[in-house]
Amino acid sequence: MAIVSSLRGIGSRVVNGVWRIGYATRFFLMTLLYSGASFRRFHLTVKEMFSSGVMSLIIILVAGMFVGMVLGLQGYETLKRYGSESALGTLVALSLVRELGPVLAALLFASRAGSAMTAEIGLMKATEQISAMEMMAVNPIARVIAPRFWGGVISLPLLTAMFSSLGVFGGYVVGVVLIGVDEGSFWSQMQAAVDFQHDVLNGVIKSFVFGVAVTVIALFEGYDAPPTAEGVSGATTRTVVQSSLAILILDFILTAFMFRGD
Amino acid sequence: MSSEALVEIRDVNFAYDSRPILKGINMTFPKGKLVAIMGLSGCGKTTILRHIGGVLKPTRGYVKVDGQVIHDLDQDGLYRMRRKMGMLFQFGALFTDMTVYDNVAFQMREHTDLPEEIIHDLVMMKLHAVGLHGTQDLLPAELSGGMARRVALARTIALDPMLIMYDEPFAGLDPISLTVVGQLIRRLNDALGATSVVVTHDVQESLKIVDYIYFVSDGAIIAEGTADDIRASGETFVHQFVYGEMDGPIPFHYPGGNYNMDLGVGA
Amino acid sequence: MERTTLDLWVGMFVVAGIGALVVLAMKVGNLSTYNVSDTYQLQAYFSNIGGLKPKASIKSAGVLVGRVTEINLDTERYEARVVMSIDKRYQFPRDTFANILTSGLLGEQYIGLSPGGDSEMLKGGEVIKKTQSAVVLEDLIGKFLYNKAEGSK
Repeated sequence: MAIVSSLRGIGSRVVNGVWRIGYATRFFLMTLLYSGASFRRFHLTVKEMFSSGVMSLIIILVAGMFVGMVLGLQGYETLKRYGSESALGTLVALSLVRELGPVLAALLFASRAGSAMTAEIGLMKATEQISAMEMMAVNPIARVIAPRFWGGVISLPLLTAMFSSLGVFGGYVVGVVLIGVDEGSFWSQMQAAVDFQHDVLNGVIKSFVFGVAVTVIALFEGYDAPPTAEGVSGATTRTVVQSSLAILILDFILTAFMFRGD
Repeated sequence: MSSEALVEIRDVNFAYDSRPILKGINMTFPKGKLVAIMGLSGCGKTTILRHIGGVLKPTRGYVKVDGQVIHDLDQDGLYRMRRKMGMLFQFGALFTDMTVYDNVAFQMREHTDLPEEIIHDLVMMKLHAVGLHGTQDLLPAELSGGMARRVALARTIALDPMLIMYDEPFAGLDPISLTVVGQLIRRLNDALGATSVVVTHDVQESLKIVDYIYFVSDGAIIAEGTADDIRASGETFVHQFVYGEMDGPIPFHYPGGNYNMDLGVGA
Repeated sequence: MERTTLDLWVGMFVVAGIGALVVLAMKVGNLSTYNVSDTYQLQAYFSNIGGLKPKASIKSAGVLVGRVTEINLDTERYEARVVMSIDKRYQFPRDTFANILTSGLLGEQYIGLSPGGDSEMLKGGEVIKKTQSAVVLEDLIGKFLYNKAEGSK
């Protein structure tokens, strides 16, 4: 009996999961479909860029700076063994621009802005603000969800660019200013190795994809949250967990496509 | 009940999954009248409102608003119809990230191309109508419960709807706010020439203001009439409800099996 | 009132973000040395290119003058055909020597161009005749060991 009921439990979890994926996909398509107002009345999106982008600035900038500094320190220790300290700039810049920038910025964004989005939408639903909007003949997807989606999707690549540049600066401070790696070779080797299209642009594409994933998960979890205190807090947790996993899995897939064979 | 009906509910049945919520509801809301739907919590009152708003589809029967069957409308038709309706939610459902001003102006901005000066004047008029002129720059969190309810009322009537629905407008209000909101509901109905539906379990307040009352219990209408009819009703349930008696057809005890058995005394 | 300060913040945010992208492109990346000027194509055949890859740099006297755009095997000659795009600002004589070199002992490989003395310049699409293949470290070590063995006899 225990086996039957646990099998049944697994089955219902799987069915439930597939059902949610379908619902989330439909939700995503609806968001795209009703995105017109987010651009026609761009101040709606600007407002959301403020709450997701500008409000995440401090954590992104501080984290970027420190990640770059750590990279400078660790990279120097490792490269020194092979006598190639001059490649420090390459190491710092490539790891930031290709991987660490997009991934870490997206993870921070998910826990800073994504969780806030879920909680906000969940509470709007719990206090019937979403229903009220619908009764006022205003489509909540167009008015509430889509501006937040585009605000997040526009903000994250910008945040990522700031994260990476500040990280390179952090690596420069540690490597060149503090340790004393040659400044000329730091920059020139970096510039020789980092390709705009292949590295920088691919990093931007990555962060764009992460932005879509994080905001869709955050908004969906909020929209789908049971309208209770536990419901909203559970949804917030799920947002952080699911978007972190989504970022790492998507990163692997994108990396496999972008940087394979070179 | 003379005069033309704005909302007609005919033989509406509704079930969540297979649990029946509404069983053969018939109601008529004539134009210009203030009608109350009363009953215990969870008896299906709010479900009726959701049917009128087109949120739910009846499993049988129909709901006609302004001559159109509401659940046969497509999305655009439904939204057009909802622009002529206003609904006050249980706890106001004000948008917490907007000021009072923006809350009241919300529908005007969404649905009209009015210039900002005219919107400003309209918002001031609506706020004045609920006696809250001067609060426009506050956030909903800075308002008391009664004030928030009145702001929500101002927002509900922002576009002068022909039908105003109130979902538990008196819930959680102090006695003074309660009277204020009650009188506002009556006055706004008459001033706007609108039709109002009040879903409530606050008997004493609503008996003072409404024209007609439907009593709902367990998904069916068990009594209807004017305030005086209800007060004089011989129906035991209505009597218990109106006079707030502890025991009656609605028992005090949950049907929870044998109490003595649970205590382990006797059998 | 509130909306203008908000717009200001978001505006600064967007400017800073785009600024960071420009920094990444110009200061960190190679956009400043790439795409900026027009290029022309040259070809060269090598019997062995070692670890040369597309986008490898092409240097003359240590100055970056272009990039490798394409590498394939010419099945008539069974040699590697390398297509290079060279900055239009730099012209090279017909008898220029193309060498596959390595930056440092284990660094990445690049093509070094050593100009000859011909008065005629290479034109777009032409082939550099004089080339020297990559030095493959394994071969070098093998040769060295072989010579040692010969010498000790």
